[in-house]
Amino acid sequence: MFDFLSNYDDPSLLGAFWMTVKLTVFSAVGSLVWGTMLAAMRVSPVPLMRGFGTAYVNLVRNIPLTVIIVFTSLGLADIFGMTMGAPDDFKVQNFRLAVLGFVAYTAAFVCEAIRSGINTVPVGQAEAARAIGLSFGQVLRLIVLPQAFRAVIGPLANVLIALTKNTTVAAAIGVAEAAYLMKEMIENEAQTLLIGAVFAFGFVVLTLPTGLFLGWLSKRLAVKR
Amino acid sequence: MTEVSVVKDAVPAADDLVVLKSVNKHFGALHVLQDIDLTITRGEVVVVIGPSGSGKSTLCRTINRLESIDSGDILIDGKPLPAEGKALARLRADVGMVFQSFNLFAHKTVLENVMLGQLKVRKADKKQAEEKARNLLDRVGVGTQADKYPAQLSGGQQQRVAIARALAMDPKVMLFDEPTSALDPEMINEVLEVMQQLARDGMTMVVVTHEMGFARSAANRVVFMADGRIVEEAVPDQFFSNPRSDRAKDFLSKILHH
Repeated sequence: MFDFLSNYDDPSLLGAFWMTVKLTVFSAVGSLVWGTMLAAMRVSPVPLMRGFGTAYVNLVRNIPLTVIIVFTSLGLADIFGMTMGAPDDFKVQNFRLAVLGFVAYTAAFVCEAIRSGINTVPVGQAEAARAIGLSFGQVLRLIVLPQAFRAVIGPLANVLIALTKNTTVAAAIGVAEAAYLMKEMIENEAQTLLIGAVFAFGFVVLTLPTGLFLGWLSKRLAVKR
Repeated sequence: MTEVSVVKDAVPAADDLVVLKSVNKHFGALHVLQDIDLTITRGEVVVVIGPSGSGKSTLCRTINRLESIDSGDILIDGKPLPAEGKALARLRADVGMVFQSFNLFAHKTVLENVMLGQLKVRKADKKQAEEKARNLLDRVGVGTQADKYPAQLSGGQQQRVAIARALAMDPKVMLFDEPTSALDPEMINEVLEVMQQLARDGMTMVVVTHEMGFARSAANRVVFMADGRIVEEAVPDQFFSNPRSDRAKDFLSKILHH
C-alpha cells in the first residue's frame, strides 16, 4: 500500500519533513528574537520606536503569508538582488528567503503574545526594579520579560504550531519541504486520500508533542504571586 | 548601614540630605501636592501621616521620581533630582524604597531578590553579594527563607525581605510607603521592629504610615499632611499631645481612641 513512497528520494518523505523541521526551527528562533524586540519597542518610552512597532505589527500580520513568501523570492531576490549569501545555490537561497519571510510574518504574532504577557506583570514589579536603580533595558530584560514569557508560553505554543503548518507555503518558492513533496506525489500517484493522510499524520507527529510539551512547561514555569 | 551607629536622640549633623522646594503636582484636575517645602537632614526619621488622599504617598514617591513633579525642586544630598536616564537610575540606587505591596521579584528567590541590585547596579562580585545578602536576611530575621520564592512567604516576611533588598544597595535614605498597610495585624510588629532597629542605627528614613505607635517611638519629626499640603510639622510628643491645627486635632481624634 505504501510502496509508492519509495519512488521518491529527492526529496524523500523523511527528507521533506526534515526540511519542514529545519524551516520551523530557524523561523521560530528568528521570530522569537525579532518578536521580542518588537514587543520591547511597543512598550518603550520612545515614541518613534512605539510607532514603528505598532505600524510593523499592523502591516505585516494583515498581509497573507503567501504574498510575503512570494515577495521574498520575486521581490527581494529577483528585483532587489538579495541573494542571502548564496548567489549560485538556489536551494540554499530559497530556503533562507523562506526563513526570512516566516520570521518577518511570525514575529508580528510573537510580539503581540509577549505584549499581552507584559500586561500580566504587575506595575509594582517594574517600579521596584526601577527603585533599586536598574535602567529601562535592565528592568525589561531582568524583571518584566522573564515573567511575561512565562505567562505566554501557551499562546506562544499556538504561534509555533501555526508556524509549523505555515511552512508549507515555502513550497510556493520551491523549497523541498513536506507540502512540496505532497504536491509532487498527488500529481504522480492515484492514492490521493492516502497521500493526504500520510502528510496530515506527519504534521500531527510534529505539532502534537510540541503543544503537549509547551503546555507542561507553561504550568511548570508559571510565576506564583 | 554597616558601621554607622548614631544614637537616635543625638542631634543630627546639620546637613540636608533631602530637600523639597515648592513642589507642585497635579493628577489631572486634582492638585495633589501644593507648594510642598520639606527638608530632611542626615540621620533623621520623618514620619508622614494624614488622611487618605492627602498626597503623602505621592510625596514619598516623588523623592525617587517614581512620580514626576510639575514644578519645584528636589535635591538629594545637594544634587538636583535628574529627570531621566542613567543619572536618575544612579540616584535611585542611593534611595531605598519599600512599598505597601512588597513588590518582590516574583520569579526570583529571596536571595536573588537581595543580590540583584548589587550585581546589576553596583557590579559587585557574586560571592560578596551573596554574603552581604545572607547577612542582611539574617538581620531582618528571614535568613532561613533565602532559597524560597516570595509567594511562599508570609506578608511580614516578604516585607522584611523587601527591606533587606533596599538595604543591600547601601542607600543614603530609605523611603517607606505604607509598609504595614497590606499586612495582617499579627505581622505588623515584626516589620515595625526591623524599622525601629534601622532608625536606631541612624538610617535616614521617610516613613508614610498609619502606625501612630511607630511615629511616637521612632520619629524625630512628624509631618501631617491634608489635601496636598503640609499642615503641621512637630516632634512626635508635641504633635500627639498638643496638635496646633484644627485639621490635625480632628484627624487625631478619629484615630486615637483611648
